[in-house]
Amino acid sequence: MNIVAISGSIIGSKTRIAMTHTVDKIKQTYPEAEVTLLDLANYDLPFSDGRHYLDYTGDPSYVLQTIMHADAIIIGTPIFQASIPATLKNVFDLLPVNALRDKVVSIIVTAGSAKHYLIAEQQIKPILAYMKAHLVQSYVFIEEQDFLNKEIINDDVFFRIDRLIEDTIMLADTMRSIREEKEASYDF
Amino acid sequence: MKQYRIDPSDGLEFGIYTLGDHLPDPTTGNRIAAQQRLKEIVEYAKLADQAGLDFFSVGESHQAYFATQAHTVVLSAIAQATENIKIASSSTIISTSDPVRVYEDFSTIDLLSGGRTEIVAGRASRVGLFDLLGYNVRDYEALFEEKFDLLRQINENEVVNWKGQFRQPLTDAEVIPRPKEGKLPIWRAVGGTPASAIKAGYQGVPMFMAHLGGPVSVFKRTIDAYRNAAKEVGHDPSELPVATAGFFYAAETSQQALRDMYPHINEGMKRTNGQGFPKQLFAQGVDSRHVMNIGSPQEIIEKILYQHEVFGHQRYIAQIDFGGVPFERLEKNIELIATEILPAVKKYTKKK
Repeated sequence: MNIVAISGSIIGSKTRIAMTHTVDKIKQTYPEAEVTLLDLANYDLPFSDGRHYLDYTGDPSYVLQTIMHADAIIIGTPIFQASIPATLKNVFDLLPVNALRDKVVSIIVTAGSAKHYLIAEQQIKPILAYMKAHLVQSYVFIEEQDFLNKEIINDDVFFRIDRLIEDTIMLADTMRSIREEKEASYDF
Repeated sequence: MKQYRIDPSDGLEFGIYTLGDHLPDPTTGNRIAAQQRLKEIVEYAKLADQAGLDFFSVGESHQAYFATQAHTVVLSAIAQATENIKIASSSTIISTSDPVRVYEDFSTIDLLSGGRTEIVAGRASRVGLFDLLGYNVRDYEALFEEKFDLLRQINENEVVNWKGQFRQPLTDAEVIPRPKEGKLPIWRAVGGTPASAIKAGYQGVPMFMAHLGGPVSVFKRTIDAYRNAAKEVGHDPSELPVATAGFFYAAETSQQALRDMYPHINEGMKRTNGQGFPKQLFAQGVDSRHVMNIGSPQEIIEKILYQHEVFGHQRYIAQIDFGGVPFERLEKNIELIATEILPAVKKYTKKK
């Protein structure tokens, strides 16, 4: 299975810390899975101008192709101005409309305040559903108080991330095997 | 319809088109050489001509996995190799060429072919050619509208006076040679959505509508939008031909057709479009209400007649060769069209 973890902001550290931990944990517990961390801070992505994703070169080409080849995607995002950062929205805009078809997507949110809890529900999930993702319904919400000195200090966060990884992989396996069975039944 | 060389009393025109893709055959993994692909395209046109089909066209794409970048050169070879069949582009990306040169090419092919040539002008679904040919993709729409307009002016007027944004003005310019009958049929290529169809309608130009997949009823909306727009600004929709273009594959049974065709479409789309064609969607393609003409010859006849009843279109063109389909299967399809499908389609669509 090919898993891609996205750290959706070019500034700040909480999302990157959470996603780095998530990727390390996947490598430990699912050594057979291929996992890639896309930290958007490391790439120079232009704003989408509507062109086909294959028509980009360089950084956007790498980022988009990596996402398109994924079986499962774990999106990590901070909350900026009561929404997702423009950098993450831009990645969605750079992709084709059905980009997440047959992919399982799960979400990790880092936020300064618990008041942002429903943003994933109201602003990220509709985008992912529109792009045809199979969603892991529960997401991990991590607050400012769960971090200290660039580390996660709340054990409950680790447990929740473990469950999110398990749910993501289980849903991806399930959807794949159901799809394979259905496709075989078409007999062509 | 006459100025577009279409006589509805002869029934629905039936043609073939190729995008000029150059993809491996997924069943073997082998890709024939570009030279062989080009020769097979000319041979394919020849077979279509001999089988009595009405139309054959070749696309222009400037990206990996395509072989007919110089589509006018290919059309010129086809003009020489064929006798009666109409030939055209599908489509010419007018945005990134000089309309004067495009017109010179096509009117020359028209003379060489004895008045059989048409232009289908489009905007390109991919934008790599803007860099390759030295244009700014930010001008995507403006380039098309300006150059398409100039192309049509050249067609309408032997002497052109013209000024625009993207090339030097033309002063008392004579674009020669002129086509055999003075003018060429020029169509506007439209994807399946109404937005672009409406523009074609306002301009009062014939519409060439490509459709990938979906219910016939959805594409009917696009055709209605086109005709309504034309009518709104004073054109007569009954004088404006509509052509539809999409996937086609005939085999003994619809299941066999799905089996033969799916790997080519799926793997070909992965390479050229970055995403495969979902099997679930493809399976729906054999339904009688679906716009893809895949099935047994009898099922395809019924599909095309249903489409004709709904669309009231003048021409249907079939894409059979996408994704490295071996040549002998193209031959077999042309044979089925010529012996079974075409006679029935003509019989039932001829105006009495």
